[in-house]
Formats: sequence, C-alpha cells, structure tokens
Amino acid sequence: MTSNERLALVRAGLSARHRREKRFRFYGIAAIVLALGFVAMLFAMILSRGLPAFTQATFSLDVHFDPAIVKVDKKPVRSSEQSPAEYAKEISAWERKVTMVNWNKVIEAAVRNAAPETTANSREILSIVETNARFELRDMFVADPALLGKTVPVRMLASANADNWLKGNIDRSLPDAQQQLRDPARALADQLMAEGKIRNAFAWHIFTNVDSRSAPASAGLAGAFVGSLYMILVVIVLAVPIGVMSAVYLEEFAPKNRFTDLIEVNINNLAAVPSIVFGLLGAAVFINYFRLPLSAPLAGGLVLTLMTLPTVIIATRSALRAVPPSLRQAALGLGASKTQTVFHHVLPVTYPGILTATIIGVAQALGETAPLLLIGMNAFVAQVPATPLDQSSALPVQIFLWQGNENRNFFEARTSAAIIVLLGLMLTLNAIAIFLRSKLEKRA
Amino acid sequence: MNENTQLEAREMHMPTEKIVARSDLYEMESSTVRTPDAEQRPVRVTARNVSVFYGPKQSLFDVSIDIPEKAVTAFIGPSGCGKSTFLRCFNRMNDTIEGCRVTGKISLDGGDIYDPALDVVELRARVGMVFQKPNPFPKSIYENVAYGPRIHGLARSKADMDAIVESSLQKASLWNEVKDRLHEPGTGLSGGQQQRLCIARAIAVSPEVILMDEPCSALDPIATARIEELIDELKQNYTIVIVTHSMQQAARVSQRTAFFHLGNLVEEGPTDLIFTSPGEKRTQDYITGRYG
Repeated sequence: MTSNERLALVRAGLSARHRREKRFRFYGIAAIVLALGFVAMLFAMILSRGLPAFTQATFSLDVHFDPAIVKVDKKPVRSSEQSPAEYAKEISAWERKVTMVNWNKVIEAAVRNAAPETTANSREILSIVETNARFELRDMFVADPALLGKTVPVRMLASANADNWLKGNIDRSLPDAQQQLRDPARALADQLMAEGKIRNAFAWHIFTNVDSRSAPASAGLAGAFVGSLYMILVVIVLAVPIGVMSAVYLEEFAPKNRFTDLIEVNINNLAAVPSIVFGLLGAAVFINYFRLPLSAPLAGGLVLTLMTLPTVIIATRSALRAVPPSLRQAALGLGASKTQTVFHHVLPVTYPGILTATIIGVAQALGETAPLLLIGMNAFVAQVPATPLDQSSALPVQIFLWQGNENRNFFEARTSAAIIVLLGLMLTLNAIAIFLRSKLEKRA
Repeated sequence: MNENTQLEAREMHMPTEKIVARSDLYEMESSTVRTPDAEQRPVRVTARNVSVFYGPKQSLFDVSIDIPEKAVTAFIGPSGCGKSTFLRCFNRMNDTIEGCRVTGKISLDGGDIYDPALDVVELRARVGMVFQKPNPFPKSIYENVAYGPRIHGLARSKADMDAIVESSLQKASLWNEVKDRLHEPGTGLSGGQQQRLCIARAIAVSPEVILMDEPCSALDPIATARIEELIDELKQNYTIVIVTHSMQQAARVSQRTAFFHLGNLVEEGPTDLIFTSPGEKRTQDYITGRYG
C-alpha cells in the first residue's frame, strides 16, 4: 500500500466520522432543548396559575359598630375587692356576649352603606364576604371596646366564590343554576369592584394564616411552612452528623471484609427504596413502638432522616474517595494520627461535596409526601406547631390536600401558589448551599 | 488503608518481568555489604534482614544496611526494585497499605521501630518524610509548617510557633520568598517552592532522620538544583535517606549509595566508590546506563 492509497482510505472514512460526530452533537443539543423546554413549560404553568393566587379580592369598607346591633354592656373593669378568678369569669362572660352579637348584620350594613341601591338580600350580601370576617370584627371589638358607636375603615377578604367570579375563574356566560353566586350577589361584587371598594390586594394571609376549610379564602400556609421547617431541622441535625460519621468510619477506618461489603451494598440499596416504604417503617417504629405523636414534625423528620441518610453517606464516601492519597500521606508522614489526618485534612477538603449532598438530600426530603401520609401528616391541622412534637402539616402535604379540595376552581390557584412557595424554599436552600460551597472552596 | 495507595504501591513493583528478563544473565545473590571506609560516621539507623510482602508477593528480600548519621544516603535502582518500599519501612508508612507485611529488624538509635509497644506517631515525629509529588496541605503556608509542631505540642506559645515556622522556612531556604505571604495558600506556590515547603514542614518537627522519596522527580532542573543544594545544607544537621532515579543526583548529593535490584540490595558503599569502581557487574551495568 502506498502512502497515497493509505491517505485515500483515511479520507474515505473521514466524512462518515465527521457526520457521526455532528449527529451525536445534535442529539445532545436536542436532549437539552427538550429538557429545558419541559422545565420552562412546568414553570410557566405553575407561575401563570399560582401568581394570581397571591392577590385576592379584598373589601375596604367603613364599618359602623352600631350600638343598635352590638348590644353589649361595657367591658368589665376589675374592682379592688374582686379576685383574679372572679374577674376572669366576668371577662369571659362578657366575651361570650360579644360573640353572640350578630356581626353579620354589622357587615351587611357596611356593604349596604357602600352600595345603597343593591337589590341583593342579606344572604346574598354575606355570600360575597369571607365567613370569618365576623370573627375579625368581634376580635377587633374585644381588643378595643371603645369602637362602639364609631365608624372605622376595615379590610375584609371577599369569599372564595366572589374572588373566583371577580378574577374570571368562572365562565360568566354560564346559566344562573351553574353559578356559585346568585345573580344579585354577582352584580354587587362587580359594582363594588368597579367602585374600588373591592380591590385585588396582596394576600399576606397566605404566609400568616393556617389552613381553613370553613373560610377557604383565608386559608394559608403558615402551619405547613413551619412544620416543614421543623422537619428540615430534624433532618439536618440527625442525617448530617450520622451520615458523615458513618461514611468516615466506613471509608477511613473500617476493615475491608465481607461484612463491610455487605453494609455498603445495603446502603446503596437503601437509597433506591421507595419512600413510601420508609413511611411504613416510620409508622411501625416511631409511632407504634416509640409512641411518638401522630402528625408530629419530629416523627416526620425522623422518617425523612432515614430516607436522606443513604444519600448523605454515599455522597460523603465518594467525596472522601476523591481526596488524593498524597494528602493522607502528608499528614501521616508528619506523625498525625489517623483521626487527626481525617479530621484535620481529609474531611475539610470534602466539605463542599458533603454540603452539596446534604442540600440535595434535604431538598428531596422537603418535597417528599408519600412517607408523611403514612404517619398521619395528611390530617387537617389548623394551627402553627409551636414545637416539633405538635401536630402539623407539611408543605407538600398541604399541596396534596389543597389539590384535592372540593372548592376546585379556587384551590387550583392556591395549590400552584403553595408549589411556588415550596419551590422558593428549595431555591433558597440551594442558593445558601452554593454560597457556602463557594465560600468553603475559596478557603481551601 | 485505601485502594489508591495500594495500587500505587503495586504498580511500583509491576515492571519486574522486564527486569527479570534482562537480569537472568546475573546470578541472584543476597546483598553484598562492603565495609565502609574512610568516612567513618556513627550509625543512626540499622536494618537487618528486612523483607517486605504485599499480600503473597515478596517485594524486598533480606535487606541489611547501616545508615550513617548526618550524611546523605541514596537508594538507587531501576523502577520496581524496592527502594521506595524499603524507604517507607523506616517510618512505617507501609503500615498504611493494607496487606503489607514487614519482617526483619530496623532500629533507630538502637530501638526497634517495629516494636509493638512503640507508638508509630512518635516514630514519625522522629523520622520525617518528603514525598515524590509536592503535597502541601490545602491551607496557608504558615499552617502547613505549623501543623506538625502543633499536633506534637512542640510550641508553647504563638511566639514559639512563629519562631519555629520562620526557622523551618529559613532552613528550607524558602523564607525570603514567602515571608510576606505566609497566610496565602501553600498550594499557590510553584512546584519547586511547594517541595521546599514540604521540606520545611518536615523539619519543623525537628526529626532526626528525613526520608525523601524521589523529591525532585516532579520538578524542573532549576528547582531540582535548589532542592539538591538544600539537601546538601540539611545534612549538617539531619540524617537523610533519599530515593532517586537520577544517578547524577545520587552522585551529587549523597555520601553513601545503595543499589537495589529486583528487591535485593545489590551493593552499598561510599558514593564515589560505587560510581567509580562498583564491586558488582549489575551495579556497573546500571550506572553506565545499560539497563534501568
């Protein structure tokens, strides 16, 4: 074969090789475009649905605490000969009387005052105001009895149905029988909106209120958010030290034998166990055996810790394995003991890796729903847990619950809003992790 | 300890086949120890009948040698001849390799270093080591040098530590280059500076013996020359054992040379004698470049 023949052979194959290369690149780019397209679609859908839920139709009304409706005595004042118990009794009797007041009448009067010519009856008027507005008025009055006889501006949420109507979530052309609000009520809502007495205001209560079924418009995420925070805390406090220590022991100290091989295989398998199985385990061990309270963030956090441990262990081990042996030799050669070598030199190098693994694990745990359902965290809980032992919900479970709420067209947006909050929390966690990692890497 | 080190160590002993093929010209015999002449120095380290096994494979056969005090002893030989393995016996770094077994006796100042009662941490404080590739800790220059004294509790105060760091860096002739940036990372130095930092780190613990495992193999000729100068200065105070691939380096820096081949100590003696009139044909072939 002459050199020319050889060259011809090489050339003949060249174009095919280049084509293959181009094709492969195209596949890669296509895959990335496809993936990004789906992500963009997901975000667009969540944002377009969820963002409107962050504003809600809100009344700004002048409420007159009419003495003709609010017929209660003066708030009792403690006299000198009264014992504290007697005084408390008297106060609670007074508060009971305040509660018995027909606050709905006060609200109706305020709405009528804003739209005097309305044809809506009192039932229809009240159907556009959130049902818990009366309790808010009561609480205002209890806090300040001097309001009696005065007229003050008050902000009240519109009911979920009114909010839907005003936001156009309901087809306006539907016949009366299929509408959630009756015709006069719809007309009244439109009129108040046009006059600026109902406005779309930012719904702070999503972050400060707990879940509610009787007053869906006022339902918020506070309980679920705090519950999730408690669980993250439990996961970080337990999974990180236990996971890192296990990994350090297995990687640096444990003898290599059948038993440690078996442990390694099992840890790898644990990472692939469906999360609902951890939920079953949690129900059997933490609830049934250790008698931890149902629906408590502590029990949830423990289950999520079990789920996160394999992730942390595996990632830490691979981070430790990536540490160059020369670093260990340097420390050992100087006379550092094995423990000193690991803790002074090897482990610090792996912090960025461990941190990343932890954040991935925690983010995974944060979004986990299935195991929590099995330990009772899908219960309806209308309180912010004060301690990790109190009953609570969690963000993904709250999403699950709202998604299944029968007031569909209101809670669809609410569900997306909750997803936005959950994603926001995850992004925040990731941002913190990236910040810490770049800081740690700079130090090293 | 970990697979990488083990692999590395295994690899060092891999290319034996080639050497066997070439050396079957020679009859295998146990080490020939020539009597040291003119330069009579007190002996610091003695090794007697040292053999090393990696699992079932024997890598070092019955090596006996005396290391004189305050002098440079060079171990030379082709790759895989066991010289690094032997060097690592002196501070028991072989302990860290799983499946590695050392038999025979090595004593430092008369004390057996493989005595089970002896603390290996203490031994390594007395026998420092400089590695083939510069391996400073990913910490500041100051911390690199201060680490040894700190874990061994050698400095009583911050001022003490500063003094140790300064004198160590000065002895490693690095002080002038780094005195203004002691708190910058040691990994930011050039290769030669890093290796001198590693030497400073080793001498900060005031060891009696310094082991150097091909300390210049990753460096350019200029950096190599500086390290060689440094070794020459250090031998005033320290007993130095150096493993090297370069025969010129051995000739330049060492007072005694030991030639290893296939896990055997072939010949050992004053450097000039080894290089001018070796007693063994294998040694002569190696130093004249006929193999290796």
